[in-house]
Amino acid sequence: MNKSMIRYILCKVLQFEGVFLLLPCIVSLIHKEKVGIIFFALGVCVFALGTFGSFFKPVSNVFYAREGFVTVSLSWILLSLVGAIPFVLTKEIPNYVDALFETVSGFTTTGSTILTDVEYLSKTVQFWRCFIIWVGGMGVLVFIMSILPLSGSYNMHLMRAESTGAEVGKLVPKVKNTAKILYGIYITLSVSMVISLMIAGLNFYDALILMFSTVGTGGFTRTNASLGAFSHPVQIITIVFMIMCGINFNAYFLIFMRKPKEVFKIEEVRAYFLFIILGVASITLSIRHLYPTLYEAFHKATFHTASIITTTGFTITDYEVWPSTAKFILIFFTIVGASAGSTAGGIKISRILIMIKTLKRELDHLTHPRSVRKVNLNGQAVSEETVKSVEAFLIAYVVTVIVSFLLLSVNGFDFTTTITSVLTTLGNVGPGLAGVGPAQNFAAYSQFSKLVLVFDMLAGRLEIFPLFVLMYAGTWKRN
Amino acid sequence: MKIIIVGSGNVGSTIAKQLSVEGHNITIIDTNEMAVRKICDGWDVMGIVGTGASIQILKDAGVEEADLLIAVTDSDEKNLLCCLMGKKAGAAHTIARVRNPEYRDEIELIKNDLGLSMFVNPELAAAEEIARLLRFPSAIEIDTFARGRVDLLKFEVTKECPICGIALKDLHTVVKTNVLICIVERGNKVIVPKGDFTLWEGDKVSFVASSKKATQFFKEINLNQGRVRSCTIIGAGDTAFYLAQKLISDGVEVKIIERDKARCDAIAERLPGAVVIYGDGQDKGLLGEEGIKNTDSVVTLTNFDEANVMMSIYCKKVNPKAKLITKVHRSTYDDIIDDMNIGSIINPKLLAGEDMIKYVRSMQNSLGSNIETLYKMNSGRVEALEFKVKEHHEKIVGVPLMDIPLRKDVIICCIIHNGMIETPGGQSKISVGDTVIVVTTDTGFTDISDILM
Repeated sequence: MNKSMIRYILCKVLQFEGVFLLLPCIVSLIHKEKVGIIFFALGVCVFALGTFGSFFKPVSNVFYAREGFVTVSLSWILLSLVGAIPFVLTKEIPNYVDALFETVSGFTTTGSTILTDVEYLSKTVQFWRCFIIWVGGMGVLVFIMSILPLSGSYNMHLMRAESTGAEVGKLVPKVKNTAKILYGIYITLSVSMVISLMIAGLNFYDALILMFSTVGTGGFTRTNASLGAFSHPVQIITIVFMIMCGINFNAYFLIFMRKPKEVFKIEEVRAYFLFIILGVASITLSIRHLYPTLYEAFHKATFHTASIITTTGFTITDYEVWPSTAKFILIFFTIVGASAGSTAGGIKISRILIMIKTLKRELDHLTHPRSVRKVNLNGQAVSEETVKSVEAFLIAYVVTVIVSFLLLSVNGFDFTTTITSVLTTLGNVGPGLAGVGPAQNFAAYSQFSKLVLVFDMLAGRLEIFPLFVLMYAGTWKRN
Repeated sequence: MKIIIVGSGNVGSTIAKQLSVEGHNITIIDTNEMAVRKICDGWDVMGIVGTGASIQILKDAGVEEADLLIAVTDSDEKNLLCCLMGKKAGAAHTIARVRNPEYRDEIELIKNDLGLSMFVNPELAAAEEIARLLRFPSAIEIDTFARGRVDLLKFEVTKECPICGIALKDLHTVVKTNVLICIVERGNKVIVPKGDFTLWEGDKVSFVASSKKATQFFKEINLNQGRVRSCTIIGAGDTAFYLAQKLISDGVEVKIIERDKARCDAIAERLPGAVVIYGDGQDKGLLGEEGIKNTDSVVTLTNFDEANVMMSIYCKKVNPKAKLITKVHRSTYDDIIDDMNIGSIINPKLLAGEDMIKYVRSMQNSLGSNIETLYKMNSGRVEALEFKVKEHHEKIVGVPLMDIPLRKDVIICCIIHNGMIETPGGQSKISVGDTVIVVTTDTGFTDISDILM
């Protein structure tokens, strides 16, 4: 294990977080809030610490896959630990574990909250709470790689550990350029959303906050009623951008390369839209009787389908009152999530596709024991290694769910509350059902349970394995 | 530059690594998924699994915008097909590895017809390198220009040299061979010497000459003690064939030992001038009988690295004076073999890789220029460039060199006129179509007119 290199990258991460912490100060200056001083002082300290730590160059450049996993896990943990400090210092979330829960929920783009009332937060803290979603959405190390001249082999290991999906590839030969393109797409989406929202009548601050939360598929809002407090056009803009951010960013690269036809040849994109259409149709049918007009039912169904499948977690109504069919479809989307290579969480549609195809192959194999068959995706054979990693991921997912469920059960909440708490945090969605439903929050859980959920959120964002590798004894052995 | 490499074997991966470190955008294509993954994990390159001869795969790799396509799979025919497809799809330049000696005579034809920029033959490159090392054992470094017709040689001036302590303008009083000394390294300094420059012991001197002239020159300055007159080659592969052919034409006595009868027959038929011995090179008795103790040089070229190394160690023991050259394919144990002190080591794949890297460098340096070859020497402080003179260079064409206003740190070392190598003097003139070799301590030249004041 190359500890000096990990230390070096972690210190670079700190430097960046120091810079990020300075951004809320601008909000403070504009809105004349005093808390900006705390952010400024903390930002400078963190930046200085990072600069000091990265002043000493790493002893060796040896960097293998396990260093990549460990670095990524530690970076995210460090980011969250430091990111929670301002909430405590400003006394707006005085308890550190609560602040940590809120921060991790932000960085991992989950959007679950322990706050019963989010409207009393100052604009500066609110900005920080939503801004970290935007940072976490695309990934911090990817951001660092697009800026720093990190050359050598290790950036691929970092990118693979931080990006989502079963197969992580590059768009162009250089990791640095790939990271730049991804951030270019991300920023383009962000800017266009802010402009659309401002046209729809929001002020710049509100548009920015809502954009951070939507493009990062997070789900924090500055209102207790979530998106219900916003106008109809704003809700529609949000639906469009949520769906756009759930698409694999490679698709935008293809459009950019003037090959838009090939976008719909990507099976994951097709399956994603199929899921959305089927979800919207069946939810609309099942909730039709609750609303006066068909359009209203359709609008609510579309909003929540988009919100849950992209793992954003915005709500415009308390869907707790919906029939079970509609609720279970939403839980299904909580588990599935959107496309790999997007800002969304969940198991990812590409994994589900590979899994279904593997199952079909197994059935073929049972009926024709000597058949030889490859799993195909987008017209290309998926390597056996990828199939294996998908299977392993599902096992890890189930194990995480069961263990977290058992650990949370000590709170004595009902089955639905406990299981949806685990599923919604592991899927980085936000709201669950019953006790953690759209109108509820996570404040009732004990400190220990909150830490378990913090782990689930991080596991969901990093796709479980980096955290498992971090805890695996073999990683830390000398040989 | 955007470069596509087809084939991820030894050569492919070596050049992918090197060029990616130098900052180029590399995409590597291979049918072997594991091999592609290994390179992508280790280096900042993009990998595509598939056959490089397919136009679809090449398009996926972005061949339309590629500056260069390099085909180095294990099959000559596939490499040529890759280059043909790549050229059709829009790659600017193409390089193919073609190693079969049977294609050697037709290679220029193939090259022109397929629009290849360059072809690489690792065995031929190895043979040329070995021949150079054998020809001038005292030379520290040898680079070639004009497709091997001219060499740039570097040697160290010793006390015994008659040129030691002589000013360059008086050089003709000591040596009759007319060579032009273009760079002198003294300590840490690199100098482009003028006429009043005096050579001293320890100076590292580079000069440009044809190999014949270089031999004469080395003879006159008493640096030819290592001159090889006889050579024993063990193993009769393609490299051995190319090498023997070269050595025989240089008048070296060649003895080839090979344990495969069919190979012996084939090589004996093609090389009547060589003595071909049918036997095992690892047989001490046979080696003794064939005069291993008296030969000037031993080159081990079998396909087994370990056997080559062991034979060289044995030769070193029984004949310490002989120049030893050992072929090693795998570079894994380089450092260990270096410690064994068994003379020069040749790695054909690395050599071929180096040739291609040199080409890429010169391509990069010559985008929009007329540079044919470019060598960076003395860790980049000196550049040796080969230019082709075109019609629009009126300022240079037809003017005696003494009247051309040259920049201070530039020296014209060689003019190749219709294949004739001329060491330039004040009265020499350059004509259109000539190849000119220029050495300079300034860098960044893109055109021959850059040498003017």
